[in-house]
Amino acid sequence: MTVSEFAIKHSLKTLCLPDDREITGGYVGDLLSWVMGRAQSGDAWITIMSNQNILAVATLADVSCIILGEGVTLDEELIKTANDKGINVLASEADTFKLSAMLACEL
Amino acid sequence: MDNNIIRFTYNVDGTDFTSAGQASVMLKKNLRQLGISPDTIRRASIAMYEGEINMVIHADGGVAEIEVSEECITIMLKDSGPGIKDINQAMQEGFSTAPDDVRSLGFGAGMGLPNMKRYSDHMEIESELGVGTTITMKINI
Repeated sequence: MTVSEFAIKHSLKTLCLPDDREITGGYVGDLLSWVMGRAQSGDAWITIMSNQNILAVATLADVSCIILGEGVTLDEELIKTANDKGINVLASEADTFKLSAMLACEL
Repeated sequence: MDNNIIRFTYNVDGTDFTSAGQASVMLKKNLRQLGISPDTIRRASIAMYEGEINMVIHADGGVAEIEVSEECITIMLKDSGPGIKDINQAMQEGFSTAPDDVRSLGFGAGMGLPNMKRYSDHMEIESELGVGTTITMKINI
């Protein structure tokens, strides 16, 4: 399933989608080094962190998208940066447990 | 032959934590231009990013020197920071001396050095208290 298909099916908000691609796995975490060490290329990464560093982590770990849970969102400036860097970002009011469950259904 | 080695040097700015990672993202781009496999690029750039973050947190930045040969990518990270007191302790997952403001950004989980080791094929740390630290990592191509 692609990032856009996932967003539509589960009514997630698309903050930016510069590079729609296949979601091949999932990872949940807010400790950035932990995510860097464990997330796999192509994973959808569910987090509640919204600082600029998540964009570097997403780029380097090569995740298919960032999914922000619990109503967290990104500043306009960061959405622009994510777009420029080709990082897909979705957002939802759902908590990380529910988001994980949604994702697990599709994998 | 020396001709077959490509070198990159990046300055790691120690003043702005939020933009840390620029050198790693640049490295990723440069390695991609060289046609290196995505998995190798991923390992090299993650190892470099962890090192870069460490340099910003602990040493006010430093310099990253990269050499790419046909066999491997060598990343040398040099700083003039406080040095590492006990390298064995620093290598343990979960051990961290990062300040709270850094932790609130999602760093300082004590995973930096372990991740660097995990993602490189060979890693060496030279550190002297009050002088600085040099970390050399090799990632096979």
